[in-house]
Amino acid sequence: MLKLDGVTVRFGERAALDAVDLEVAEHETVCVLGPSGSGKSTLLRVVAGLQPVDEGRVLLEGADQGGVPVHRRGVGLMFQDHQLFPQRDVAGNVSFGLRMRGVPRARQAERVEELLELVGLPGAGRRAVAALSGGEQQRVALARALAPSPRLLMLDEPLGQLDRTLRERLVVELRSLFGRLGTTVLAVTHDQGEAFALADRVVVMRDGRIAQTGTPLEVWQRPASEFVARFLGFENVVPGVVSGVVASTEWGAVPVPSGSAQGAVRLLIRPAGVRLLPAGEGLPCEVVSRTFRGNHVALRLRPRSGPVLEAECGVRDAAGVGEMVGVGFVGAEVVVLAG
Amino acid sequence: MRLGLMALPLAFFALFFAWPVAAIVGRGLRVDGVWHLGRIGEVITEPDIGHVLWFTTWQALASTALTLLIALPGAYVFARFDFPGRHLLRAVVTVPFVLPTVVVGTAFLALLGRGGLLDELWGVRLDTTVWAILLAHVFFNYAVVVRTVGGLWAQLDPRQEEAARVLGASRFAAWRTVTLPALGPAVAAAALMVFLFTFTSFGVVQILGGPTFSTLEVEIYRQTAELLDLPTAAVLTIVQFAAVGAVLAVHAWTVRRRESALKLVDPKQTARRPRGAGQWTLLAGVLAVIAVLILLPLGVLVARSLDTPDGYGFGYFRSLQSVGEGGTFLVPPLEAVWNSVQYALAATGIALVIGGLAAAALTRRGGRLVRGFDALLMLPLGVSAVTVGFGFLITLDRPPLDLRTSWILVPLAQALVGVPFVVRTMLPVLRAVDGRLREAAAVLGASPLRVWREVDLPLVRRALLIAAGFAFAVSLGEFGATVFIARPDRPTLPVAVARLLGRAGDLNYGQAMALSTILMVVCALSLLLLERVRTDRTGEF
Repeated sequence: MLKLDGVTVRFGERAALDAVDLEVAEHETVCVLGPSGSGKSTLLRVVAGLQPVDEGRVLLEGADQGGVPVHRRGVGLMFQDHQLFPQRDVAGNVSFGLRMRGVPRARQAERVEELLELVGLPGAGRRAVAALSGGEQQRVALARALAPSPRLLMLDEPLGQLDRTLRERLVVELRSLFGRLGTTVLAVTHDQGEAFALADRVVVMRDGRIAQTGTPLEVWQRPASEFVARFLGFENVVPGVVSGVVASTEWGAVPVPSGSAQGAVRLLIRPAGVRLLPAGEGLPCEVVSRTFRGNHVALRLRPRSGPVLEAECGVRDAAGVGEMVGVGFVGAEVVVLAG
Repeated sequence: MRLGLMALPLAFFALFFAWPVAAIVGRGLRVDGVWHLGRIGEVITEPDIGHVLWFTTWQALASTALTLLIALPGAYVFARFDFPGRHLLRAVVTVPFVLPTVVVGTAFLALLGRGGLLDELWGVRLDTTVWAILLAHVFFNYAVVVRTVGGLWAQLDPRQEEAARVLGASRFAAWRTVTLPALGPAVAAAALMVFLFTFTSFGVVQILGGPTFSTLEVEIYRQTAELLDLPTAAVLTIVQFAAVGAVLAVHAWTVRRRESALKLVDPKQTARRPRGAGQWTLLAGVLAVIAVLILLPLGVLVARSLDTPDGYGFGYFRSLQSVGEGGTFLVPPLEAVWNSVQYALAATGIALVIGGLAAAALTRRGGRLVRGFDALLMLPLGVSAVTVGFGFLITLDRPPLDLRTSWILVPLAQALVGVPFVVRTMLPVLRAVDGRLREAAAVLGASPLRVWREVDLPLVRRALLIAAGFAFAVSLGEFGATVFIARPDRPTLPVAVARLLGRAGDLNYGQAMALSTILMVVCALSLLLLERVRTDRTGEF
């Protein structure tokens, strides 16, 4: 459906996109995840034709889009801050793309109603966009992008400005909506929770390059690099030397899954893989901080040498700040990172 | 794409501006096919001319500063305060701008000169001082600042200032750091316009300047029409042209286009009733200034049009319906009203098309070529209207472009001064339109032309109306060029007024005042009409 072939975009010296290859299959929802400045918005602008490409090709349904102007690409783009037309009411915004395609008036009205129904704003057509709340604006923007039935729908930080509960609800709604409509979706976000909840496949970007691609589960379970691991919020990364199924690190011996790469590597130990032991056993650590997270407590532990460790434990058996504990590692939760 | 948009304005300027002006200059400096460029040096080094150049410059600077000082509070009041009679008053302050300069001069003479109102009351006379000129210039240009700056000010989101206040900025600091930078381009544009107008001021200085004060434009007129010294006039035209060019270049260089994406809102939301002693004082102060500086001279004008030898009455107005004796006119002077309106409408249409295309081409920041184009559009304001009018006569008189007998000649000349207004009014607003709105429309399938129609046009419709009002007004009041090209049987209002003022006798003077009053009313009515056109309906066309 969509294929990017070595796409490079430079802003002066800096490459916003550096030889990016990406494919999105029909009916697939792909989420591009990355910190700000990683080039993910530029990626969308390139596909929409808003940003000229310095090198490489963009193909939609096999057709090279070089030289095809924005308005003939037939893609939908939902802007980060919605960009609703302030001088038009809700219906005027939603029907805009249909009018551009010369859809008859009666059909436009039908479609507008249909879409407003779909996004949960039935009968809101005559309302002024300035009078809408953030969540409603977001829904109108989505309806506007969906109205012309684009072959590819792109979302730029679709839920960025909304509050958390609304965001979590909308993610679920969007996911089931895209499933029902069979839309092909390319979304970008900096929020991993959003990406994992929405996407069939996640693409992690860093400095204009793709750092990792995979299903949410794959990326979560096996981050490809320290960057991806840290971006996903994992903190327990330590250099070590693997020999067989054990790695020697500053934190002592850490078990690794069998079949891991041998030699000098970096290891990720997920918080769940850090087991608390009574003081005097395993790696002695001091509890530095204790954060209540609802159904568990996150502890930060300082060993005698090496970086600070993060651990999770049940509310009941969490140690207090300043106490000494021992730490052991669970091999199944250890990931050997590449590079 | 951009070059395509620029093509028509460029052709228009080449044909109806560059060619006539070049032809006149050529006439003056070329004798028997040989260029006499030495004349330039000779004329410039004359002490008299040096004096004229110096006076022209400093009075323009002083007038601009004074106008900004007096009119910026007015712009604020009209933009932000809601008070009864606001729309009417806003139309009224625009009236001076379209009055023929001769009429303005006469009105101020009646106010400040010998036997004038101040002389009668307190024995004060200002007509021999430069103050009369400066005050007349403020009178004339007050509306430029109020409309250009106020138009944008009314659409700035007040919440931006509120955000600054919450962050700890004082009322003044919030204005200085948030509003002023946003207004900057509009203030600069207004200042530039005022400077160019006062730099090339003609009628006002002609009447109030006496023998002491003379601007370049007055000198050009004197050399052309009185002394018939075409070479000197040509040199002065070049000097004025060069000076204006230099000013525009400096302007383009200093004002790095800083129009950022402003949050524009419906002006109706931003105006509110004044609150607190400070705001009421400000409103009262602005109203007082308007009363003294604008209403008083206009009042004197109207009073004189009614002050017939048989007491107050409409005698002068009635006499305008007939041709009268003395051969001043071939047609009843009243016909000039209809002529003027027709010409001004045509000129407005031309100015909107040419200026609109130019503004669209300039919307996206560009390289040197585009900046040069921007400056070129302003040149007609700085070039002697006398030269342009005379140039029309000697260039557009033979095939393939024989327009001597065509009515379009007058609107073409008038549109030339209208275009800069259209461009300057539209450009800040066009540039302030958030570029991503255009992108959103393009992604939804709108072609570039369609994007302009669907996104830009609705957002700038208000600016477009203001621009149209300006273009109509300057066309209505244009005198310097029209006086050369209007046919004797189809005079415009300002031409008729000047013709009457040029003749001796109470009747002619009274008729001139009566016609000026009519011109004033026509202008006020059309501006009021414009204010009434409401365009804020949401939804489709």
